[in-house]
Amino acid sequence: MRSPETSSDLLPQAARRDFLRAGGALVVGLSLAACATPEGSGVRSGMRALPLRLREPQSTPPAADRVDSFLVIHEDSTVTLYTGFAELGQGTTTSLLQIAAEELDLGMDQIRAAPLDTHLSPNQGGTYSSASVQRGRPQITAAAAEARRALLALAATRLDADVARLSVARGRVRARKGGRSVSYGELIGGQRFELSITGKAPVKASTEYRLVGQKHKRADLAAKLTGQQVYIQQQRLPGMLHARVIRPRGQAAYGAGARVLRVDDSALASIPGARLLRRNDFLGVVAPLEWDAIRAAQAVIVEWESPPTLPTSAGLHAQMRAATTTDNVVLERGDVRVAADEAAATVVQRGNAPYQAHAPFAPNCALADIQPEGGLVICSSQDVHAARRGIAALVGLPAEKIRVQFGEGAGTYGHSCYDDVAQAAALLSQLAGSPVRVQFMRADEHGWDTYGPPHVGEARLACDANGRLVAYEYHGWQHNWSLVETTSQLAGAAPATEWPPVAVQGVNALVCGGMYSIPSVKLVNHRLPGLQYLRGAWLRSPLDLAFAFVSEQAIDQLAVQLSIDPVEMRRRNVKDERWRGVLDAVAEASQWNAARVPGRLGNERIRRGRGVGLGTHLISHGASVADIEVNLDSGQVRILHLYGALDAGLVVNPLTVEHQIEGQLVQTASRMLLEEVHFDAGRVTSLDWVGYPILRMDACPAVTPVVVQRMNERSTGAGEETMAAAAAAIANAFFDATGRRMEQFPFTPERVLETLKAV
Amino acid sequence: MAQQRFTLIVNGQTHVIDADGQTPLLYILQNDLALRGARFGCGLAQCGSCSVLVDDREVRACITPLAAVAGRAITTLEGVAAWHARRRDLARVPDMHPVQQALLEAEAPQCGYCMNGIVMKSAELLDQNPQPTEEQIRAALAGHLCRCGTYPSILRAVQKAART
Repeated sequence: MRSPETSSDLLPQAARRDFLRAGGALVVGLSLAACATPEGSGVRSGMRALPLRLREPQSTPPAADRVDSFLVIHEDSTVTLYTGFAELGQGTTTSLLQIAAEELDLGMDQIRAAPLDTHLSPNQGGTYSSASVQRGRPQITAAAAEARRALLALAATRLDADVARLSVARGRVRARKGGRSVSYGELIGGQRFELSITGKAPVKASTEYRLVGQKHKRADLAAKLTGQQVYIQQQRLPGMLHARVIRPRGQAAYGAGARVLRVDDSALASIPGARLLRRNDFLGVVAPLEWDAIRAAQAVIVEWESPPTLPTSAGLHAQMRAATTTDNVVLERGDVRVAADEAAATVVQRGNAPYQAHAPFAPNCALADIQPEGGLVICSSQDVHAARRGIAALVGLPAEKIRVQFGEGAGTYGHSCYDDVAQAAALLSQLAGSPVRVQFMRADEHGWDTYGPPHVGEARLACDANGRLVAYEYHGWQHNWSLVETTSQLAGAAPATEWPPVAVQGVNALVCGGMYSIPSVKLVNHRLPGLQYLRGAWLRSPLDLAFAFVSEQAIDQLAVQLSIDPVEMRRRNVKDERWRGVLDAVAEASQWNAARVPGRLGNERIRRGRGVGLGTHLISHGASVADIEVNLDSGQVRILHLYGALDAGLVVNPLTVEHQIEGQLVQTASRMLLEEVHFDAGRVTSLDWVGYPILRMDACPAVTPVVVQRMNERSTGAGEETMAAAAAAIANAFFDATGRRMEQFPFTPERVLETLKAV
Repeated sequence: MAQQRFTLIVNGQTHVIDADGQTPLLYILQNDLALRGARFGCGLAQCGSCSVLVDDREVRACITPLAAVAGRAITTLEGVAAWHARRRDLARVPDMHPVQQALLEAEAPQCGYCMNGIVMKSAELLDQNPQPTEEQIRAALAGHLCRCGTYPSILRAVQKAART
């Protein structure tokens, strides 16, 4: 009864044997993802009632400057929208559909998004920096406007009317009310436009919008609540083997990788069909049954080299501060030392931030079928086109011979192990000569993550007697991100290498004082040798929580010294009306009271405090207010309420952005109170939810999201820009409650008690 | 490990499964029965993504051996609306359990992966205690993690489901 054949009989017969090879390109007859269920995993539905109709796949991505790459209009006037962006649970697919439906005057029930696939989707760059709408809106607007112009020209001929007199509703074009009409489907259904996107087609003014800027419910949530959604962790390929990787429990220093000294796989003889597969230091097992694959991974005895070279999590920041670094000045204006010497008040604020993990709720998973002539990989990469290049290099095939399909998994918040597991699946499929499914176990994901790097920050700020900032100096110590996936590194395909020094890895001039008008500024990066530390990559609002933790506490110090209300202090210094807007919005939502006496709420031993902060990531404007409670005896901090205001320009779907702010605030509470990757001299020891606790329902604060809508501004990121502000607000609330400044997060009871010793 | 034959009753349907009795229920549900409600999250009973009801109580399928639940009434996300109708003697099975409906109306899910555990635990809670206080809801769901940070929406939804 129970065999892999039985299992796969339950699943559709797409796939492996259906590969067609045409013109050297590997083509899959149907999208596997789309086949998996009627809804399909990774299928980003507009409305579930609309059937998904996909074009023929091709091995090179459709050109991003052609209308047909984005839009296909069917005979019934419904539309399939192709975009290059991944749905990571943030709901942007709905926003992208709203944008296209708006420009084409369609109903939201007439448009559906295609799955993300190297063989179907235009390459719009990866899904990074919360920029799907920021980058996608101009592109999709331009493509849809071009299509609309062409459709109206065709309609004018068909209806014998002047283009200027035509109107469109639900994809039907009319010359005048009650007059003759023609539908998009009748004009071009099933045919190609064969048009370039010129950017010159007329677009709607924001005053004409009826969908964009309005709250619109996501269409994918019912499936996610009822078990109809097929997450990538639940996809299966016919004839596949279950696979697991074998690695040390917890990574060592990035540069050290993991070296196998001895392997004993004799115990596999008692597990049906289990095999050990190996390339250099990359080890994995396959077995027909999933439980057998899990048992097999545990049964193989491996002796790993264990170089004790890490600074330990307790000694991390001291080593970072003392390290020999590569320094560069990010920004210098005026002379901060001279300005500070002449100022009315000068403060110094230090702060340390830990490694923090992406820790997606589901460990990453990938499926692969690599054959000698080409292959298919289904994974949750935030950039399928880049993932394809990495996989191709690893398995020794040209990139165009690899098809990568995106499968939706659990939220990832940055570069978790999705590319690593995709490479592991490809390599294990090649070694096994069979399709495989690799599911990372919890310890693989927690222990081999590319963590959000730690930070040491020092800020020296000065202001005049009126509270106007005159000098701002910031020094930041951190290391760059890791470029090479663990699978490639262990397999010997590529040595550990850091990312090239792109700016987002270092001191962020926007978060470090960029929201204020300051005559003299100096920002300095102190880059650490990354190969000596843990693997790093972008984690939602990379380093920004740390920058704001230091920088915004310094602003508050000045406010306290000069007896200026912290909100008023910021009002006097914000550089434009958009920063002023979010500050005012959050002050209003939280009923900020400038006359309130600090630290006098709560009782004697449980103090309440309130704080404010500003922050962002790469763009957009965030402000936050935090209400917290500090137990002076236990050191427990409880966050009671977080307010977050976000100006992200024109917000296409305020409903999803409200939910994004909610998630940002809760995740920030978690990162400020609990999250820290621990490691000893040899390895990471935070390998599960006990070793790496996150915020739970019982400690969750109330949240108030505020969207500051700017209908005439371009749309900018909305997935991470209130986090830095909230981190700062929490830190400032701590001071308000206790009169002491935290210099390290997370605010564990031990750290809090240490800081409070004198209270 | 010897294969044995087990009878599994899932959402009212009986299945005959030949497997190692130590196999965690989760892998049987996923691979043999192709059910999508219970899902892998940690394999350690720490997160709640694999929750099912066994004889009306929430259980972590990732560490529950097949042999321990053979012959008992297992309810998964796919069957929770029917289970609710049976427990409340409703004339017809609703499309969704009231908690699912409330979570949908609140747009609570982001990635949605945790929602299986949230729904199953909330269903158990409301079955045992139809009018829970906020503190009781928070305590009941404290063993169910949500990495997207949707707890405030979840809390509102469960409160609403309790009122209806």
